[in-house]
Amino acid sequence: MTLLQIEKMTHYFGGLRAVYNYGLSIEPGQIRGLIGPNGSGKTTIFNLITGIYQPTEGQILLEGKQLNGRSPHDIASMGIGRTFQNMLLWRHMTVLEHVKMARYSKLTYGLVGAFFGTSRRHREEAESEQVAFKLLKMMRVDQYADQIVLNLPYGAQRRVEMARALAMEPRILFLDEPTAGMNPDELVQMMDIIRKVHGELGLAIFLIEHRMRVVMELCERIQTLVFGEVIAEGIPEEIQNNPKVIDAYLGKETVE
Amino acid sequence: MESTGDELSINGKLKSSRVREFVAPIPLLSWLLGALVAVALEHYIGTSFAQTLGLRKAPMLFGFDIMLKQPTLIHSALTYLVLIYFLPIIVVARLSAAGMNGLAAILIDYPLMLTVLIHLGMLYAILHWWSNMSLYRADVLRFTLIAVLLTLSLNLINGYMGEFSCSHPGFMALGAYASSVFTLGLFADDRVFGPALLPQWLGPYLFPVALVLGGVVAAVGALAVAIPSFRTRGDYLAIISLAFMFIVKSLIENLEFVGGPRGLGDQPGWANRPVVFVTVVLGIWIINNFVRSTLGKALNAVRDNEMAADAMTVDTRQTKITAFLFGAFWAGVAGGLYAHALRYINPGSFGIQMLAEGLAMVYFGGLNSVYGSIVGACSISLLGEMLRPLELFKWIIIPLLLILVMIFRPTGLIAFREFDVKKLVRPKQASDR
Ligand SMILES: Nc1ncnc2c1ncn2[C@@H]1O[C@H](COP(=O)(O)OP(=O)(O)OP(=O)(O)O)[C@@H](O)[C@H]1O
Ligand SMILES: [Mg+2]
Repeated sequence: MTLLQIEKMTHYFGGLRAVYNYGLSIEPGQIRGLIGPNGSGKTTIFNLITGIYQPTEGQILLEGKQLNGRSPHDIASMGIGRTFQNMLLWRHMTVLEHVKMARYSKLTYGLVGAFFGTSRRHREEAESEQVAFKLLKMMRVDQYADQIVLNLPYGAQRRVEMARALAMEPRILFLDEPTAGMNPDELVQMMDIIRKVHGELGLAIFLIEHRMRVVMELCERIQTLVFGEVIAEGIPEEIQNNPKVIDAYLGKETVE
Repeated sequence: MESTGDELSINGKLKSSRVREFVAPIPLLSWLLGALVAVALEHYIGTSFAQTLGLRKAPMLFGFDIMLKQPTLIHSALTYLVLIYFLPIIVVARLSAAGMNGLAAILIDYPLMLTVLIHLGMLYAILHWWSNMSLYRADVLRFTLIAVLLTLSLNLINGYMGEFSCSHPGFMALGAYASSVFTLGLFADDRVFGPALLPQWLGPYLFPVALVLGGVVAAVGALAVAIPSFRTRGDYLAIISLAFMFIVKSLIENLEFVGGPRGLGDQPGWANRPVVFVTVVLGIWIINNFVRSTLGKALNAVRDNEMAADAMTVDTRQTKITAFLFGAFWAGVAGGLYAHALRYINPGSFGIQMLAEGLAMVYFGGLNSVYGSIVGACSISLLGEMLRPLELFKWIIIPLLLILVMIFRPTGLIAFREFDVKKLVRPKQASDR
């Protein structure tokens, strides 16, 4: 069954049409890319799917279940994990606490466990700590586990954010410009990690990227968005050679 | 921890100092033993020793009242402090360190609860003995403990959740009145509530019910603040909660059956020292359990970035409402204790001044920290008492201190520190940080 299916999604911010007639269907285990110039509506699409905004029109289905009208935490626990373009981390919390927090919906000990420290709570917290450490190791940030996340180097913070998104055991992972602001070394590391996450966890990944190299190497199919509309969709080679894409987007990139 | 940076620099300074080396290997058990010896000493020779020093009686609150009122006696008061408290505590603590470290190491193999109970037993013995010297001390002790509970419950909302709430005096009033109506109605021959319905001897056993009832009533009241405030994002809480405080106050003023503005008195004095101590310790334990669980830490996530918390499956609205009601509950319990410790309440005492004191304790001690709330509540309460002889100047010195803390440590003295009981009671080594 199709994992994520979006039909005719349109969204207006007041008079501004940020997304128009957007459609998408992702199969389990696919890596999909979304590119487009600044302000073309990429992040808005993520926010619409994850419930931060409600689309003006259109419907969103995750494994056949409608996501429209649900709250973000509901959608998240149904299996969509994400990172944010500008990294939304919790400034007073440690790395380990970040990752454990994403296990929130998996905890069953309830308020009684929280208040009185029942054995069930200790068991579940220990379990989620184990899961967290596994992910931190996978992201190669386990040595920072007890540090406040803001004290970490930039690339490590990005990876913590990704470990956090993985801790909720999503079916699909949304990455919003995971390599933004990274130096070439960090970039290569991040691409490795995305491949590893895909390979080991068998996740579907939906990726927004500015750097052509990253999308072209990682993605099976790519959509190009301009002013909220998809102007081209296809495998990397098709996108690379599509005149509309070159005109709207790639041309500028080469000039830069 | 956020304070890691400061801690490191402080540690750097202290490491070189001899004091640090001297103190490092002393476990908590030894400190408690030292304090126990000190209060025993005071109990047996305090009064006569004070008189040989030329004091009328043993200084009640660490000699501050004497020093402020009669500067000529400063050296006597200081001598008393050093010889009765300071030296015995340091000497006994240091000498017993090796033995107590051994004991602490043995206790590690037993359930933590046992170790904790031993520590708490010693702490209670110290406080009880110390406060046996005078009624005044006993009162200071009880009201300070109640302040700790109130501060912690306020910290839950203003610190852990990071929303500015002003309704705590209102919650405390609800708790105080609800529990008073319960105890007066059932166990006292009262003008309004008629003759006692249940026998007197049953009262103390049902007092916990009265406290819980106070807490529940406060939590229900909190629902009236929480539902409108947390419906949408935005800073409505400060205003709505302030309004709530005034509404509760004027509501009670207009309720004749609880005495209106004249207040309600003659509650049975069941909030004695052991009851207050046990209730407050229980409150600290439960609140600390909560804030250290992932469910509790969700509050920090919501505070630091709500959108991220939501995206990581945290039910943000439920988290906020639960914590708000939880905080209100403990404020209500504190109110019940307060009513039965003071044995008189009136609506006027649950106003702006109480709010200011509570906020001062939270922000002075440190946000998001159980240690901070304990330190904040104790220091502001004790300072308030100790500086009493200064009268008006007290109201200049305390705010000034608060401003200084805000300048040098904007989040309070001991902010963002986890209260880890296991760490607190474990044996210490000389090389310990
Ligand atoms: N909350 C909002 N309210 C109003 N307008 C918005 C809002 N969020 C985004 N927009 C507008 O919608 C358009 C699309 O923004 P979006 O952030 O989705 O672009 P993007 O493709 O992610 O760009 P970038 O590459 O810079 O991240 C922009 O014109 C932006 O100004
Ligand atoms: Mg964007």
